[in-house]
Amino acid sequence: MISKIVESAADAVRDIPDGAAVMIGGFGTAGQPVELIDALLEQGASDLTIVNNNAGNGTTGLAALLAAGRVRKIICSFPRQVDSQIFDGLYRQGKLELELVPQGTLAERIRAGGAGIAGFFTPTAFGTTLAEGKETRHINGRDYVLEEALVADYALIKAHRGDRLGNLVYRKTARNFGPVMASAATVTIAQVGSVVDAGALDPEAVVTPGIFVERVVEVGGALPPTTEGQ
Amino acid sequence: MRGPLGRDDMAQRVAQDIAEGAYVNLGIGLPTKVANFLPPDREIILHTENGMLGMGPVAEGNQIDHDLINAGKIPVTELPGASYFHQADSFGMMRGGHLDICVLGAFQVSTSGDLANWHTGAPDAIPAVGGAMDLASGAKKVFVVMELFTRDGQCKLVQECTYPLTGIGCVNALYTDYAVFDLSADGVQVREIFGDNTLEQLEELTGLSLNRA
Repeated sequence: MISKIVESAADAVRDIPDGAAVMIGGFGTAGQPVELIDALLEQGASDLTIVNNNAGNGTTGLAALLAAGRVRKIICSFPRQVDSQIFDGLYRQGKLELELVPQGTLAERIRAGGAGIAGFFTPTAFGTTLAEGKETRHINGRDYVLEEALVADYALIKAHRGDRLGNLVYRKTARNFGPVMASAATVTIAQVGSVVDAGALDPEAVVTPGIFVERVVEVGGALPPTTEGQ
Repeated sequence: MRGPLGRDDMAQRVAQDIAEGAYVNLGIGLPTKVANFLPPDREIILHTENGMLGMGPVAEGNQIDHDLINAGKIPVTELPGASYFHQADSFGMMRGGHLDICVLGAFQVSTSGDLANWHTGAPDAIPAVGGAMDLASGAKKVFVVMELFTRDGQCKLVQECTYPLTGIGCVNALYTDYAVFDLSADGVQVREIFGDNTLEQLEELTGLSLNRA
C-alpha cells in the first residue's frame, strides 16, 4: 500500500543535501511551510538555492534560514518588505546572490518546469532591465522575452489537508505557489494541517494530485470544520 | 506642489471610470483606496494577484484570517462568488488579457505611456518587482493614479522616464490631482482639468505641450 506519510518534519527533510535547490511556498507568511523550514534549519544543510516569492519576514521561517547563513542564492520577485531586515543586511554585505524575477514570470517558469516546457516567450519585462541579455522575439505584432523553466531538487509547501497518496487541498490565498512548486521539484514535501483518509477528499476538489507529492507530514493547526473550505 | 484634488478625490475619480461587470486589480497604496469609492450600483470583481477573485473589504476583528490576505499582505475578506487559484493561474489571467483594468501607482509616466514604478535605480536600493511588470503588460487597460508632481515640484509626467522602466507604452490613462490624461503612442491628451487651471497653465506647470481630448 502506498503511504507518503512521514512521522515528523525532521524525517521529511532529513536527506536534503548541501547545495540543493529548494522551492519554498508562500506569499509573505500565507502558505509558508514554517515547520518544514524550521526542520531544514535544524538539519543543517547549507549552500542552498532557495526559490520563494519573497525573501523572509521578521526573524523566523525563511528569514531564520537566511540569518543562519545556509543560503547561497535566492530566486524571488519581492525581497524588499517592511520586515525583510535579514535579507536586506545579507544582500548589502554581498553575502547572498539575488535573481530577481517578475512574480508572474516566476510562477510560469515554475509551472513550465513541472510541465516539461523548456522555456516560453512572455511580454512581461520586455524593454526593462530585467530582460537584459535575454533572447527576444517579435511575434504577431508584439515583443516577447524568452524565459527558461525553473525546477528544483526539493519543494517545501504548506497545504490544508492531504491523504496518504499525496492528494492536497489548500486554504484560501495560502494556496499561492504550492501547486506549481509541487509539480516542479524532484521531491515535494507537503506539510498539512491534517492528514485524512484516502477518499475523504472530494476527487473533484483535489487541487494537487498525489503524483506531484512524495512526502506528507501532519503538523496540526487545522481550523475548525465550520471555517474549512475544501 | 499639490493640485485641486486630494488623494480620496483622486481615488474616487478613478472609480467613476470602472464599469459594471469589470474585473479589476488594484495596486498597493493609493490604488487600493479606489475600492472605497466603487459605485455601489455596479458589480465589480476585484482580483488580488496572490490568488483570488471576489476580494471583499479589509478584514476586521474576528474576520482576520492569515490565510486570506491581499497583495499588500493585509488580511481581507471574501465576497459571495469568490474563487481561489494558484499563482500561475493568477498571472495567467493577467498576462492573458482577461483582466479589464489594473490601477497602479507610479514614480514616472511618459507621454507615450511608458511606466516606471518598481525601482528608483538608486545604487543602494534593494530591487523588488513583485507583480508590477506582469500587471503593466497584461491588463486590457492600465490606469495610473498619482500626484502630478513630486514633493519638490518635479513633474512625474515626462517626455522620457529617467527611472528604470516597468513597461513600455502600457499606460492608457493617468489620473492626477490636476487633470486626467489619455496616453497613447500618438502622445498625451488632456481629458479633464480639475479646479481653475487652464490648458495653458497646465502646459506651463508641466513643461509639456498638451492638447485637449
